[in-house]
Amino acid sequence: MGTTPTLQIKNLHVAIDGKAILKGINLTVNKGEIHAIMGPNGSGKSTLASVLMGHPKYEITDGTVLFKGEDVAEWSADERGRKGLFLAFQYPTAIPGVSVANFLRMALQARRKEMGQEKPLPPKEFRALVTKQMALLKMDESFAGRYINDGFSGGEKKRNEILQMAVLKPEIAVLDETDSGLDIDALRIVSEGVNALAGPELGVLLITHYQRILNYIKPHHVHVLVDGRIVKSGGPELAHELEAQGYDWVRDTQAA
Amino acid sequence: MNEQALDIREGYKEKYGFHDDIAPIFKARRGLNKEVVAQISDMKGEPKWMRDFRLKSYEHFEKKSLPRWGGAVDEIDFQSIFYYLKPVDDQGKTWEDVPADIKRTFDKLGIPEAEQKFLSGVGAQYDSESVYHKIKEELSNKGVIFLDTDNALKEHPELFREYFGTIIPPSDNKFAALNSAVWSGGSFIYVPKGVKIDLPLQAYFRINAQNMGQFERTLIIVDEDAYVHYVEGCTAPIYATDSLHSAVVEIIVKKGARCRYTTIQNWSNNVYNLVTKRAAAHENATMEWVDANLGSKLTMKYPSVYLMGKGAHAEILSIAFAGAGQHQDAGGKAVHAAPNTTSNVVSKSISKDGGRAGYRGLIKVAKGATDCKSTVRCDALLLDEKSRSDTYPYMEIEEDKVSIGHEATVSKIGDEQLFYLMSRGIPEAEAAAMIVSGFIEPITKELPMEYAVEMNRLIQLQMEGSVG
Repeated sequence: MGTTPTLQIKNLHVAIDGKAILKGINLTVNKGEIHAIMGPNGSGKSTLASVLMGHPKYEITDGTVLFKGEDVAEWSADERGRKGLFLAFQYPTAIPGVSVANFLRMALQARRKEMGQEKPLPPKEFRALVTKQMALLKMDESFAGRYINDGFSGGEKKRNEILQMAVLKPEIAVLDETDSGLDIDALRIVSEGVNALAGPELGVLLITHYQRILNYIKPHHVHVLVDGRIVKSGGPELAHELEAQGYDWVRDTQAA
Repeated sequence: MNEQALDIREGYKEKYGFHDDIAPIFKARRGLNKEVVAQISDMKGEPKWMRDFRLKSYEHFEKKSLPRWGGAVDEIDFQSIFYYLKPVDDQGKTWEDVPADIKRTFDKLGIPEAEQKFLSGVGAQYDSESVYHKIKEELSNKGVIFLDTDNALKEHPELFREYFGTIIPPSDNKFAALNSAVWSGGSFIYVPKGVKIDLPLQAYFRINAQNMGQFERTLIIVDEDAYVHYVEGCTAPIYATDSLHSAVVEIIVKKGARCRYTTIQNWSNNVYNLVTKRAAAHENATMEWVDANLGSKLTMKYPSVYLMGKGAHAEILSIAFAGAGQHQDAGGKAVHAAPNTTSNVVSKSISKDGGRAGYRGLIKVAKGATDCKSTVRCDALLLDEKSRSDTYPYMEIEEDKVSIGHEATVSKIGDEQLFYLMSRGIPEAEAAAMIVSGFIEPITKELPMEYAVEMNRLIQLQMEGSVG
């Protein structure tokens, strides 16, 4: 491949409180690709999501993460966000008193500035942008005035994550168990939102425990994460095999 | 410290300058005694009753002991303070004397230089007169009286005397006694029956020199079914060379009337801010205090409402922000003296860099005040491990048939909240400021828009460099 990969994870080792969680991850995600990482509980899926976004709690003990060829090790979370990395949280935090609209405006301003656009989007255009994306996610307009994740239902929280992604237009989006806690209707809406955003300008890393969401979002590549390592990679068919045979099947084939 | 303390009252020279025939040469001097009190009254050319009132108040001041609760008021050296300054003392202080951090804050708040100088007391000519006059005219057509307190005493002596000192008697506490003895400036407002003033008074000319005195005295009378919203102060730091600010604010809200009193104060960090604020709300009247305190070394302020008539309602919303070396002891007081009265107290305090902020409040229900309802909610936000928050909720309930609720929370800025906001590209200090602004949002949304905006900007300034 002649061009620089958008996201390149090389031999990534991560520990928390001295305990090794990720033990040598290698993975490349380019714009236009959708990768699914599947794994059982405790395999290190959420750790991978957090560490990519720069959560201070995790310590990288070895390996590198390159974003468009640059080592992100020294970048704080906000720097990563501004440069085009995005994490849709599994458990989005409530920020009482701060409205969704206000938050989106601040975040978009920071992102645009990083992209060389000093001027904030005029209020009218900003409103039009948010309204459009909310409609896509079947969110009521009143949503913009609500406080971030404060009293949101599970489905509202996840839609709010995708809304932020839609407004900020990242180059790499990591979706951390976006399907968890969603009923089938909410799952469909959220998936449709992701599909609408996916395209040549976005690389997606979809982290999930279950195959279910992959009925809606079709990955190009599927990886299986077990005990801090990617033990198997393949095409979309791998997800179905996993669904049919369970994670033990991969463990067994590994051992074999 | 600069010895040339100041008194930045607009038009003061013209109004109260020396008359050769009355005043002997008065030298501003430190400290207080009976003669100084009498001289203040003489120089202002006050009626005898006020002179007697001041002298009597001084006796109370001498007799009263300092409060043993709250902050470290015993550090105040009363004899080192100037209690009255004539306007010529304004001179001698220059822009260069104003501390750099205050100038920086002015700049960041985007305050024009003329206004900055005015706020610092080095440019007394800040011209808000033209706007001021127009509003005054509209108000006086409706019979509204809006004057500085000294002038009100001259122009409306009967009305003045009828209400002055009736809500907060000089014997109330040591600092009220001090104010009663040496008061100068402040606002006097009378709103006639049924008159509703739509615009917040003072929001237009947000800097009202009369309100920046050291010992200002404010008296507001809202007659039956009338309404007024008065806004005091501004978010810009008020630089005072003198270290004691002790105001008294008295408000009478008559039957069916409503009064809202909004304060945003940001004193420089050397100031003791010890203020007594109290309102009497009569039948079906509503009194609302919205009180935001930043800055100062020590603030002790507990806006109170005495619910005197059936169905009266009190609303007390307060914000206190304590940074390094600061102690904010704020809160509120609701006294239910009549049946079916209601009160709602919301207090939000923020402490950072070792600052100390607390809520101190009293809910009192008198015997016979049946079917009263009161809710108190105080939330504290600590920004780091070394800061402190205290809650002192007092209740004196002498009636059984009442409903009283109290809720208190203490929280810290969470790492997960910060990480969440930061992951969207927002830098740490801004993210922390957002969380703090969100925390006080239930109160800032009650402020006039421009003040709410300024308040949030100010929080942002306070947060800069405090994290990371």
